[in-house]
Amino acid sequence: MKNLVVLVVVLSSLSFGFAQEEQSVFKNSIPAVDLKDVNGKTVSTGDLTNDGHPIIISFWATWCSPCKKELNTIHEDYIDWVDETGVKLIAVSIDDERTKSRVSPYVDSKGWEYEILLDPNGEFKRAMGVNNVPHTFVIDGSGKIVYSHNNYAPGDELELYKVLLELAE
Amino acid sequence: MKRFKLEFLVFVLTLTPIIGVSQGSISGNMETIYQYLLTDTLIGANQPAEKSLVNSYANINYRNQGFKAGVRMESYLPRILGYPDRFDGTGLGYRYFGYENDIVDVTVGNFYDQFGSGLIFRAYEDRALGFDNMMNGFRIKIKPYKGVAIRTVYGRQRFSFENGQNVYSAGLVRALDAEFNLNEWFPKMEEKGYRLSVAGSFVSKFQKDNNPEFILPENTGSYGGRFDFGFKKFFLNAEYVIKEQDPSQDNGYIYNYGKGILINTGYSKKGFGVLLSAKSIDNMSFRSDRDAALQDLQIGFIPPLTKTHTYNLVATLYPYASQPNGEVAFQADVFYKIKRGTKLGGKYGVDLALNFSTAYEPIQKTAGISPNDSSRVMYRSTLFDKSSLIYWRDINVTIEKKFSKKLKMKYNYFNLVFNNDIMKLTNEKGIIRSHIGVIEAEYKINPTNSIRVELQKLWAVDQKDRGDWATAMVEYSISPGWFFSLIFQSNYGNPVEADRINYPMAFVGKIWGATRVQVGYGRQNEGLFCVGGVCRFVPASNGLTVSFTQSF
Repeated sequence: MKNLVVLVVVLSSLSFGFAQEEQSVFKNSIPAVDLKDVNGKTVSTGDLTNDGHPIIISFWATWCSPCKKELNTIHEDYIDWVDETGVKLIAVSIDDERTKSRVSPYVDSKGWEYEILLDPNGEFKRAMGVNNVPHTFVIDGSGKIVYSHNNYAPGDELELYKVLLELAE
Repeated sequence: MKRFKLEFLVFVLTLTPIIGVSQGSISGNMETIYQYLLTDTLIGANQPAEKSLVNSYANINYRNQGFKAGVRMESYLPRILGYPDRFDGTGLGYRYFGYENDIVDVTVGNFYDQFGSGLIFRAYEDRALGFDNMMNGFRIKIKPYKGVAIRTVYGRQRFSFENGQNVYSAGLVRALDAEFNLNEWFPKMEEKGYRLSVAGSFVSKFQKDNNPEFILPENTGSYGGRFDFGFKKFFLNAEYVIKEQDPSQDNGYIYNYGKGILINTGYSKKGFGVLLSAKSIDNMSFRSDRDAALQDLQIGFIPPLTKTHTYNLVATLYPYASQPNGEVAFQADVFYKIKRGTKLGGKYGVDLALNFSTAYEPIQKTAGISPNDSSRVMYRSTLFDKSSLIYWRDINVTIEKKFSKKLKMKYNYFNLVFNNDIMKLTNEKGIIRSHIGVIEAEYKINPTNSIRVELQKLWAVDQKDRGDWATAMVEYSISPGWFFSLIFQSNYGNPVEADRINYPMAFVGKIWGATRVQVGYGRQNEGLFCVGGVCRFVPASNGLTVSFTQSF
């Protein structure tokens, strides 16, 4: 019980910290975890950059229908988004060993032009505090997380696009 | 001990703002699931004595320069339905600290990790199942030279969470993995489109001999090698593993060596992808306690070679799980996009996905082996040598077509063959065959309002097991904040008239960015709830479930 009290105090103080994010002592940025891309090359998530332009990090899986729907929907407008905002989308697959090999064929069959990273044991998912997929983050040009959304319903991409446009201004 | 933990938590969290001045990053998430269950005699559900059940978790991770630390509070007051019944109390279920730079990465405390495909080492968690076999000890990762990554781990695995404290395995796990990415040494290879990495791992388990009947090996070694080869859009990867003598409750205390192989190969280009996989497993149950059962204390992970289905009737009624004692399995996938503007493709194109997976019993040759001799080697076997006894087969097709800006349809067909003598899901004997058809339609009313409908039907061949089923689902969503759904599942074709039960459920969800609340009410069918090939039986229930998740 005592632990629970401590927990509540800690969590409320944390959320207080985030309420005034601007002055917060915490830099809300991407934690560094070593992941592999579909070519087996190791990529540290701490090194993800996009020349000062925003980055979308989208957690998905080949077995997650809303995730695929979200990424396929964005795919239809992606070229325009890149032109207008300079954005880069990094799709982090949380498929484990059971379905990991499906990632590359699936991505190619859909013609996605995203950067794909594999997180088969959930290391990056855990580090980013993701409960379940789909979960989409927007990182601004300075590396700060400015948007986080857990779910996908048709139309959510409009909100995401708005965030990108605001960042591009 | 308790006091120590409390102090540790306070220490970590008071430390963070101080270090935070020099900037640091914090991330985490919270999850609470609340259930209020009712008695429902029709499905044999009883109201638990506590009436309301709550699981809660809160993860906090902190990083500053090379320093990292984190904790997870866990709480079962008491645990929700279907969770391991030994979980109870509130406390620290996970804590670690460590340091990393470009060359080394040290973690002390709890950690998760996986070597290669995980066949002989995978420590991971699946919160939805209550599965968590994390390590408690230390891990060192070293990158001594470009393209070389060495990992070593030492510790005990989490077995349970009782009275607010972790309970760890009796056996000790020590492991080493070394991976070499040859592309980093030969840049010319990459220029020509080749990719190659090779790796080897060794895992050892130590557990004292606790058996009066046999002289048990206290150390069991397991080792394997793997490679990952690619040429442009083609890939081929494989892992081969061997396990030394490991008599256990799983294998009936035999002294055979275990072995296994997993091969994946594929090719893809724009609009087309193909994937082939093969797996052969013999006596590869590998746990850090030889007496453990069910999902407890697995050191290795044997992935089932089957597609992860999501439609309710396909996913929950007859799911296949890997057979660590032995199986031979194959899988093939084809993804194809019929181009838009063609006769078949129409205005937007059509997406096709074909999937075939199957698993068979392996042959165990006993000729020339006397089962009563002191060696206790019970059979001989060869990888991929299979009998005609089928464990599982799944042939499925998905066709996805967009008709207009507003309407999208998906047509699915599944043909399942399920050996219930092996899987023992219900009391039915023999092979259960079924055909399942699913039609899904999504209609966009306007840019932010949409409606989705699923109609599913299962035809049981010869009315075996529980006979025919149907499910209807309607979901209405308002982006970005709300969704409402109704699901109606019915076992209308059950050969036993009294068991023709309907399962209605309603859900409402609200999302604020990274915060999500979902409320569900209704009757839930009993069944195997599986994620990533690990399954847990969840009894039937009737009542209210509220879940809250947040990330920060």
